Amino acid sequence: MRDHFINELSSLIDEFPNIILITGDLGFGVLDDFRKNYPDNFINAGVAEQNMTGIATGMALEGKIIFTYSIANFPTLRCLEQIRNDACYHGVNVNIVSIGGGFSYGALGISHHATEDLSIMRSLPEITVVSPSSYWEVEKVTRAIVENEKVCYLRIDKSVGQDKPNNLNESFLLGKSRMLTDGDVCTIFVTGGILEEVWEAHDELENLGYKTRIVSVHTLKPFDSDAVLNAAKQTGGIVSVEENTINGGLGSLLAETLMDNSTFPKKFLRIGLNSEFSSIVGSQKYLRKCYNLDAKSIVTKVLELIQK
Amino acid sequence: MESIELANKIRIQALKMANSGGGSHIGSALSIADILAVLYSDILNIDPKSPELINRDRFILSKGHAGAAVYAVLAESGFFSTAKLATHYQDGSDLSGHVSHKNVPGVELSTGSLGHGLNVGVGMAKAAMLDKKTHRIFVLLSDGECDEGSVWEAAMFASHHKLDNLIALIDYNKIQSLDTVANTLALEPFKSKWESFGWNAIQVNGHDHIQLKSELANIPSINSKPTVYICHTTKGKGVSFMENSVLWHYRCPMGEEFEMALKELKQKK
Repeated sequence: MRDHFINELSSLIDEFPNIILITGDLGFGVLDDFRKNYPDNFINAGVAEQNMTGIATGMALEGKIIFTYSIANFPTLRCLEQIRNDACYHGVNVNIVSIGGGFSYGALGISHHATEDLSIMRSLPEITVVSPSSYWEVEKVTRAIVENEKVCYLRIDKSVGQDKPNNLNESFLLGKSRMLTDGDVCTIFVTGGILEEVWEAHDELENLGYKTRIVSVHTLKPFDSDAVLNAAKQTGGIVSVEENTINGGLGSLLAETLMDNSTFPKKFLRIGLNSEFSSIVGSQKYLRKCYNLDAKSIVTKVLELIQK
Repeated sequence: MESIELANKIRIQALKMANSGGGSHIGSALSIADILAVLYSDILNIDPKSPELINRDRFILSKGHAGAAVYAVLAESGFFSTAKLATHYQDGSDLSGHVSHKNVPGVELSTGSLGHGLNVGVGMAKAAMLDKKTHRIFVLLSDGECDEGSVWEAAMFASHHKLDNLIALIDYNKIQSLDTVANTLALEPFKSKWESFGWNAIQVNGHDHIQLKSELANIPSINSKPTVYICHTTKGKGVSFMENSVLWHYRCPMGEEFEMALKELKQKK
């Protein structure tokens, strides 16, 4: 997904020469071409995320379109106050990119598990929070956040889900969730590359005779209320799947939206991480299994829900 | 307006604002009045009637807790009415205790959490350099603020990128909120710290207008290096019983203390 992001960003430079990509000394191998082809649009701020975010705001106040780039929690939690006070409060075009959502860097340990970022970033005012699930979405979202002149958080996963086959003529809108396939048993809302597990679960459930709707929530803020309100009315239940803590993330967002609109789904289930750290070493796939976020676990949980 | 007269007006306004709002940080505001007066009267290329001119010099108060002094200098310089100053700290006001840019012409950056302003200023300077613009960026920090690691991240970046359009001024009054700087986290050898980070470091008396003007008229004094002016100051400067006192970082001037302070400042007119 990150290569698609970098390629798309590169393709936008001619049209938006004010784009500056600032890395916190990360992107080995990935940023080489960008750096070589666009030296005037590239800065390595060194291992200094607070400064990276501060200078991002300063440059954006002078008209630059900034992307800060790092991995896991480094461009977000490490410099959260700079994002809040400097970037968000001043309403500038700073786009914070974290490579490695959830357990993307599973084997590297908890310092590299971005498992609360969606919740924390979503709580900030005057920010857009995006977490694309497919290659198509990451490409579309990159242009959209360049054009959107406010602060944005872009979470990029190592894993990726299939998009729907016929999206060529589809227009992309920030804040507008996308139904990837329709069904009636329940609606599975998903954000990020864990869509791949959701597709697998969807297919298995279909084999068992249960047709589920899948909605990709590439934008958590602003959120598309209609998608969940309609799903609550049209399908047999609401399920959220996220590689993020269930506290304050996608599932919370769905629950808040439903309650705020006095719309009560027939069934409701949040699938995500409980409030715990993973000290287990393992790949993204392995850790998803450990924490019941894999396709098989999703199938089991959905079956329990719909058969209740 | 002469800078000496402007400095005194800043002090009187800041004192009144702290008093009427029940605010604190008067010692920190009095400490920077002379630096602000010299900048706004003689150094900054700004136009109060056009606060967003592209080629204006940028000024950032990184020690946002001394916001009253900046509001005062902006109002006294014509960016907005001095009557607005009376709203400081009041319900519904635009003028928060820590400096805020929203609806306040002339404020470039909202600050209040220490260790933010220099970084943003560095970004502005980098952008100006990339775009071959000639305006300068001035950032005023406190001494206690230099405890923040982010200040030194900015310092490294600025020298690495040869930002000679960036000027830091440090209000070195040697007192922070609970104790002296020396007893908290010693900054000395301060000048050589900055020099070792690749900066051109100059020590000045932060209350001597003639010296400040002569030094600040000469920017950059060294090409390809950012410059820091370590301004030796007195916390609470101008009010005898507030000078060099830790107490007046947080204490609010009320009643008789306010009257005595005001009388002392007015006598200096």
